[in-house]
Amino acid sequence: MTIYLMCLFLFAMGLYCLVAKRHLIKKIIGVAILDYAVNLFLVLIGYKEGGVPPILFKDMSQQVLSRQSVDPLPQALVLTSIVIGLGVLIMMVSIALRLYEKYKTFDTSEISRLKG
Amino acid sequence: MIQQFYPLLVAIPLGTAFLVLLFPQSLTRVVEGIVIISKVILLLIIIALIGHAPFSYFVGKWVPPIGITLVSDYISTLLLLVINSVGILSLLYSFEYMEMYTSKIRFYALFMLMVAGMNGVVITGDMFNLFVFLEIATISSYALVGFGCESEELEASFKYMILGSVSSTFILLGIAIIYSTFGTLNMADLANLISVGGKNKSILFAEVLFIMGFGLKGAMVPFHAWLPDAHPSAPAPISAMLSGVLIKACGIYAIIRVSYHVIGMTPLIHLILMSLGVLSMVVGVLLAVGQWDFKRLLAYHSISQMGYVMVGIGLGTPLGILGGLFHLMNHAFFKSLLFLCSGAIEYSTGTRNLKEMGGLFKRMPVTSTTCSIASLSISGIPPFNGFWSKLIIIIALVQREFYALAAITVCVSFLTLVSFIKVQRYSIFGDLPEKMKRAKEIPILMRTTLVILAILCIVTGVLYPFFGNTVLEMARDAIMDQQKYIHLVLR
Amino acid sequence: MGMSLIVKKITQLVIGLIFLFGINIILFGHLSVGGGFAGGVILTCGFILIMLAFGKDKAFSKMKIRVSHFLSCGGAITFLTIALLGYIGGAFFLNFPDHGKAFHLHSAGFIPYADIAISILIVSSIFIIFVVLVLWGGLTKNSGKDADDEEYIHNL
Repeated sequence: MTIYLMCLFLFAMGLYCLVAKRHLIKKIIGVAILDYAVNLFLVLIGYKEGGVPPILFKDMSQQVLSRQSVDPLPQALVLTSIVIGLGVLIMMVSIALRLYEKYKTFDTSEISRLKG
Repeated sequence: MIQQFYPLLVAIPLGTAFLVLLFPQSLTRVVEGIVIISKVILLLIIIALIGHAPFSYFVGKWVPPIGITLVSDYISTLLLLVINSVGILSLLYSFEYMEMYTSKIRFYALFMLMVAGMNGVVITGDMFNLFVFLEIATISSYALVGFGCESEELEASFKYMILGSVSSTFILLGIAIIYSTFGTLNMADLANLISVGGKNKSILFAEVLFIMGFGLKGAMVPFHAWLPDAHPSAPAPISAMLSGVLIKACGIYAIIRVSYHVIGMTPLIHLILMSLGVLSMVVGVLLAVGQWDFKRLLAYHSISQMGYVMVGIGLGTPLGILGGLFHLMNHAFFKSLLFLCSGAIEYSTGTRNLKEMGGLFKRMPVTSTTCSIASLSISGIPPFNGFWSKLIIIIALVQREFYALAAITVCVSFLTLVSFIKVQRYSIFGDLPEKMKRAKEIPILMRTTLVILAILCIVTGVLYPFFGNTVLEMARDAIMDQQKYIHLVLR
Repeated sequence: MGMSLIVKKITQLVIGLIFLFGINIILFGHLSVGGGFAGGVILTCGFILIMLAFGKDKAFSKMKIRVSHFLSCGGAITFLTIALLGYIGGAFFLNFPDHGKAFHLHSAGFIPYADIAISILIVSSIFIIFVVLVLWGGLTKNSGKDADDEEYIHNL
């Protein structure tokens, strides 16, 4: 139970970093922490005490594997989610680079021409 | 027979997007031909699906609940029709409009990726697959919003990107919680387990996370802050697609599917959805009246009209859901027509500020007429289509004795009329300023698109008895019947 | 150009092993850990190591940008073709090649071919992204409009 609470604490820290910091790159790091916290939560759901990796070796029977191994489905979901997070992070960094050369600053309180 | 072609609705736009990137800049005409041919093939598949009985398709012949299923019931067909018809008209419009920007080939690739993602969201029957296609659609829309690479567009795109990725994280957390409680991700299997099993507090937590996440994609009021910056900054055909289709397919449709079919409706969720809807309606129109930028005014009105749809759907009665779905379809047509008209005005005169325009009726007759038709539709004037859908929602509210909400709805409709009278007076009627004397009418392809959308606005209002039963009322029956959805997939 | 002599010598010794490790993870994706994405990222890190240690000319001589552009689109189209070929067996994405003997390299239908297509896509895409993000300063100093970007990158 405590391990899930620590995972959600990481989520809250990422959210705090995103909201409270004014530098563009720090906001991007906050989004990255948020993403990795949810991926960690998803992997931890499939964990079983004393489990083996879900790989079938030659001398193992299938019943033993299905009883003892950790759940492989969250691992597949997390693989997809990590790739999606990578794509979003790359796009954010490239737009932050272009924003810097248009506005000459990284401070979000000055990048606010669209108002009202 | 048509069942075998169902996954092609996602495979064809995806393949076109990657195929188009191989061509060099000089073969742009060939690329336009390829893109139009693939959109026409998609429309033909969807037209063949319109009256078809519901079915479910097992991808890779893996039976549920192990494999991914693609489900076709009437609400998927309604949304597919709306997405692809607005899509092909925006694509035709963008052939001439995107001459103002560079690198049209990358625009077409991103556009087809967005259409592939939205088609995938609507046809899938698996929760995580919904998340993956949602991400495909929204990530390509992040890139399309900042396509012009001016400073304001980049700022709008960055804001949209941060808020959008936070909402996707919330959706993923909700999916994780549902998986840990039930052990399966198939929508029909989850519906079965939730309706048979007892009450579980984690379902309410997951439901709230889903409403927060999908509500941000669908522009509900506490989560609307990205929309007034993102929709004006995008190029006009992308504004039409975003405001006309994306906030419905990724926001409203996902809330309907998760709330009505997977988790099941309780009076608490009815209350939450209706209060979000009323809040969106009121806040959207009050903020819209004072705007002087044409596209920003239209973006605030999108928030308000999505509030209408949410009130209708949150109400839960058959008449309310019918009103909500009808307004969803109508809003796609008239809002995309309004955004394309604003793009046409920007193409000819170079400005979006209402104070600088005036008297364009003499110089651009086709644009002005279609803009007037769309403004009358959104304000709810008979016999255009907006009137009928708003009437159905108001009657449904009165039927359930929510008299105060019905009065609020009528006031919001009146304020919409006020803001569009302002738009008409400043842009179309009035005196022609000196700078605008040389404004020309837009090219023929863009004009044809506007005329087709205007005809659709009139036809969907007046000819409702002809198509209402097959398209809309069957969709309403499919939403309210959870057991039929379960039997469709799990047999 | 590039880093000091120690880094260059160690890179020369180690780079073959990095590529071999990456290809092992790709090819045995259906039998053991890894798969297309993880192996592709390892191969990309190998190319990035060459670029950091020796400078951009050597990296571009190993992997040209025009080739990367074609390979990224080609990898995605190959994956989609494998999925569409499942229609031969009757359904979209069906595992139609014969499944072979278990625990051998030639088994599990189309999964090894899909792994190879995905790894080619990942290597070329992430390499181009790295090149553009790192060499961004040089791009914007010399070119004004975005239409010149592609020509400038091809002439790098």
